[in-house]
Amino acid sequence: MSGRSPVLELRGVTKYYGERQVLAGIDLTVEEGSAVALIGSSGSGKSTLLRCIDLLEEIDDGDIYLDGNPITDPGTDPVPIRRHLGLVFQAYNLFPHKSVIENVVLGAVRAQKMRHGDALEAGHALLERFGLAGRERDYPDGLSGGQQQRVAIVRALMTKPRALLLDEVTSALDPELVGEVLGIIGELKGDGMTMLIATHEMGFAREFADEVCHLDDGRIVERGAPEKIFSDPEHPSTRRFLARLIGGVGV
Amino acid sequence: MTTTRAQRQQARRRQARRSVAISAASTAIVVAGIATAIVLSPGWRTIREFFFSWHYFKQVLPSLIDAFWLDVRLFLIVEAIVLALGLAIALVRTLRSPVLFPLRLACTLFVDVMRGVPLLILLYLIGFGVPLLGFKFLPTNEAILGGAALAMCYSAYVSEVFRAGIESIHPSQGAAALALGLTRGQALRDVVVPQAVRRVAPPLLNDFISLTKDVALVSILGPQEMVRVAQIFADYHFNYTPFVAAAAIYLVVTLPLIRIVDLQRRRALRRQSTLAFM
Repeated sequence: MSGRSPVLELRGVTKYYGERQVLAGIDLTVEEGSAVALIGSSGSGKSTLLRCIDLLEEIDDGDIYLDGNPITDPGTDPVPIRRHLGLVFQAYNLFPHKSVIENVVLGAVRAQKMRHGDALEAGHALLERFGLAGRERDYPDGLSGGQQQRVAIVRALMTKPRALLLDEVTSALDPELVGEVLGIIGELKGDGMTMLIATHEMGFAREFADEVCHLDDGRIVERGAPEKIFSDPEHPSTRRFLARLIGGVGV
Repeated sequence: MTTTRAQRQQARRRQARRSVAISAASTAIVVAGIATAIVLSPGWRTIREFFFSWHYFKQVLPSLIDAFWLDVRLFLIVEAIVLALGLAIALVRTLRSPVLFPLRLACTLFVDVMRGVPLLILLYLIGFGVPLLGFKFLPTNEAILGGAALAMCYSAYVSEVFRAGIESIHPSQGAAALALGLTRGQALRDVVVPQAVRRVAPPLLNDFISLTKDVALVSILGPQEMVRVAQIFADYHFNYTPFVAAAAIYLVVTLPLIRIVDLQRRRALRRQSTLAFM
């Protein structure tokens, strides 16, 4: 894995909500083409971390670098930086007043200044690739959760991001729909997409992640290759977390 | 015994026909009841003579329709201004940029004062006050000044409707737009405001129906719009039929307006949602 250039680099990232510290000095590197999985219980700071990287939240200390350039210096305009990152939300957050194709092309047309015709063409191609051909004119409410999340992923891909930030993208889905979304992410991994994935799907993290980080109370308490984390976790809180999860699911 | 799909559909259609019949019948009974009560009232002969005189109706209708043209023009122009100004004020009050603080303060003050002053007083202040300022570039036409007063008052109310709509859109929608690399302005224009406008269409319509009628208040400054013309005629002939005629003209305009917007709202709802409950 070494030798590849880091796309995302976090150093000492700290975030407070009022007096409460939600991220406590996160150090993290995501290299080109690799997938890093963030695991940890709800409220451990996974979503906040992703929102901070996409500059939807301001961090209180530390630095974040995108392709070696600092993006969290005070006074940096977040808008051009967000265009290089794709964030996919747990609740899809599709625009309900826009059709599927309008959802997909909006970012490309408005932010990337892509010509509308080109954006439509690219959008159609991506939708077709991910099994959504013929759904272009539908509205989000008429789609299943899995379809909506696939549209949301296509929407994020349209801006050709340097990295995809996936925030619990399967947590809101019915179990039988989880597979179709995870399948896409696996495919993107095969394409060499750089990804930072907050997830509760341990099987998925084990299969696709190059590195797994366990976040507990705003800190990365353990990190390593998935085989290591899942079969022989060292930190007591990681052991507790995995035991609870596996016990709960009954695997 | 199983019920086939055709049987169920037939039953559903039967039920639908039944509800239409029942509502039609109950409406007819209520309307007939009210009409009978009026006709049988001890004062019916006087009422008919003073309010429903066919003679005066025919006589006054053309001049009312003529005068109504001023109301229509005033309404259309004021409504366009109110929509633009109301949305602009709402946007200024929603944005958090510190640069806009003075403008935000001005908008807040404007909205508070305009909603706090009776429209009638505002009409007098603008209509009689502005010409006395003596500036050559300011209009002195009473209809224009009255329209300006109406636009100010209604912009304040409508801006609050827009603001409520904007604030009712979940922040995750704005976040999703920003995450795509849209600027704050683009996120508002493409994502938040269109959803907000759809959501507040019914209360907006309410304000506009109200405006169609408040346009008549401009007559206190002098312009001979329809209600003023009706009043002059009524005073002259000591007969109130012109008011009934004016009300009828209003209904001819407002009722279809109400129906059209309602229909469009339903259509938008159906298009957006497969689970249309309404």
